[in-house]
Amino acid sequence: MDMTQAIILTIMTAATPLLLAAIGELVVERSGVLNLGVEGMMIMGAVAAFAIAQLTGSAGLGALGGLVAGMLFSLLFGFLTLTLVANQVATGLALTILGLGLSGMIGEAFIGLPGLKLAAIEIPLLSDIPFFGRLLFSQDPIFYTSIIAVIGVNWFLFRSRAGLRLRAIGDSHTSAHALGVKVVRTRYLAVMFGGACAGLAGAHLSIVYTPQWVENMTAGRGWIALALVVFASWRPTRVLAGAYLFGAVSIGQLHAQALGLGIPSQFLSALPYLATIAVLVIISLNRRMTLINTPASLGKSFVPER
Amino acid sequence: MKKTLLLLAAATALAGISAPASAAGMDKVKACFIYVGPVGDFGWSYQHDQGRLYAEEKLGDKLETAYLESVPEGADSERAIERFARSGCNIIFTTSFGYMDPTNKVAKDFPDVKFEHATGYKTDHPNVATYDSKFFQGRYVIGQIAAKVSEAGMAGYIASFPIPEVVQGINSFMLGAQSINPDFKLKVVWVNTWFDPGKEADAAKALLDQGVDILTQHTDSTAPMQVAAERGAHAFGQASDMIAFGPETQLTSIIDDWGPYYVERISAVLDGTWEQSRTWAGMAEGHVVMAPYTNMPDDVKAMAEETQAKITSGEFHPFTGPIMKQDGSEWLADGVVAEDGELAGLNFYVKGIDDQLPQ
Repeated sequence: MDMTQAIILTIMTAATPLLLAAIGELVVERSGVLNLGVEGMMIMGAVAAFAIAQLTGSAGLGALGGLVAGMLFSLLFGFLTLTLVANQVATGLALTILGLGLSGMIGEAFIGLPGLKLAAIEIPLLSDIPFFGRLLFSQDPIFYTSIIAVIGVNWFLFRSRAGLRLRAIGDSHTSAHALGVKVVRTRYLAVMFGGACAGLAGAHLSIVYTPQWVENMTAGRGWIALALVVFASWRPTRVLAGAYLFGAVSIGQLHAQALGLGIPSQFLSALPYLATIAVLVIISLNRRMTLINTPASLGKSFVPER
Repeated sequence: MKKTLLLLAAATALAGISAPASAAGMDKVKACFIYVGPVGDFGWSYQHDQGRLYAEEKLGDKLETAYLESVPEGADSERAIERFARSGCNIIFTTSFGYMDPTNKVAKDFPDVKFEHATGYKTDHPNVATYDSKFFQGRYVIGQIAAKVSEAGMAGYIASFPIPEVVQGINSFMLGAQSINPDFKLKVVWVNTWFDPGKEADAAKALLDQGVDILTQHTDSTAPMQVAAERGAHAFGQASDMIAFGPETQLTSIIDDWGPYYVERISAVLDGTWEQSRTWAGMAEGHVVMAPYTNMPDDVKAMAEETQAKITSGEFHPFTGPIMKQDGSEWLADGVVAEDGELAGLNFYVKGIDDQLPQ
């Protein structure tokens, strides 16, 4: 493995959890729901994945456990905001705080234990392609899932009837409701998808990225994912670009430091954020397009008229 | 944490008018702790919490404790410290550098409560004491080991923030390494966080990709150790013994042992003998402990043990001249030992470090 490959692999590992969490949240927001609990769902996924991998001895089951944990946790959000019509912003924040606390409690027994790492799956033939084979086709299953999720969500939102309905709900839940679209049910499904993605992103942290459990190990990645969705103006391909750009600049700045280029490290640390915002703002400069892509009902509660 | 907060809120409501601690002895003391990271970081905050538990065990019924974890440095910490002060804590330990100004600010309003700030240098009021450990003593030893064990002649240093404590560590590590190999190279990466396993792992990978074969860190998670283990490199643990994360990787670890200090200071409050102090203890007092020397040849181990013994006995001080500053000018003349006060404000590198110190 040469240095370029090593660097690109590091970037991909850093970008995968951001991408997964962001693509999940994108679907949630496209349906008009703002779930600020990404960080909380992620950390629940991380602790569940680690615990289940430890207890069963299978990292694969751990990954699945993380996904399910994130989904179940998101159902709590769904119940509060969709059924009980609680304020989405407040509930999402509460979900994050609850997730951070609860995961710490659940994870107490697992502190200081080295974890299992989810093995890479080498895809026959494709992984033999020089240079790219090793990068793209001998990765862990969560990486493959993240890429499939982007392609799938892109197709679903813009090429399928169900996706059109989901976007319609996000733009105007009242009109969609009047047309007979099941607003609450669709939103539940979207929220659960977002939870599953965030849970899997958390699992990636605790069984692929750094196979260990420590409290707070998401360290704000849920918030970065949330920001990515907005700056990518709710487009899946832009979320992909944003997540990888963020990963690339994060890793690049560490290399710049190790090389001793003499650029202030505080500036370098801020660079991933600055660069990602700048690039995504520039590609979203077309205001009309941005307006079209912004879910108009985002964050508004829906109570069906009787 | 939520639970602690709730309890605190309840305590505040109930004990709002409880009498503050008097200067004389007490039957029972309430000691409160503020941590910058989660108690489960298995590093810095974990070790402070182990110290708290040790004190509970030693002092039994006479001690009640409470803690708040993951308290951000800055304005938020002021509220947390004040809340503790109001809720009947007799002594409050604030365990991160960034709590320095908030601690002193709150201390002014609560003259009957004792405040102990870790790793800082400000004691503006008579009820504020500071405490720290001479981790640089351990860093000198691991610098020597690194120079002996590294085949590349180059180590990677994952640093958090450019504060004196961290700068001392980098300098001491380099001085130790140079005492073995004058041409030893050090690559420093600042991650600008105390705790972010993913970022620490990324920094570790970047350093290893650039050819270092030994990692050391001044951040709090076990992630770099794990990365080093995966890549077949060597690493030094930080704050706690991290051998479980790299059974064939960890050379040793600089362990922070706060327990004895906490017992001593809390006992002083119980006896009514607490006084402002500026504690800076090291290997001799048992505050800085080295984990077993592993994964190295016997002669390296013997050398490390010898250096450790010399530092412990006071025979040797890592910052003994001649030492040049990074720019080549003289810092310490031959045989001169750096004063504690000077080290506490250290803001420059010694000669031989390529990195530019962020100011």
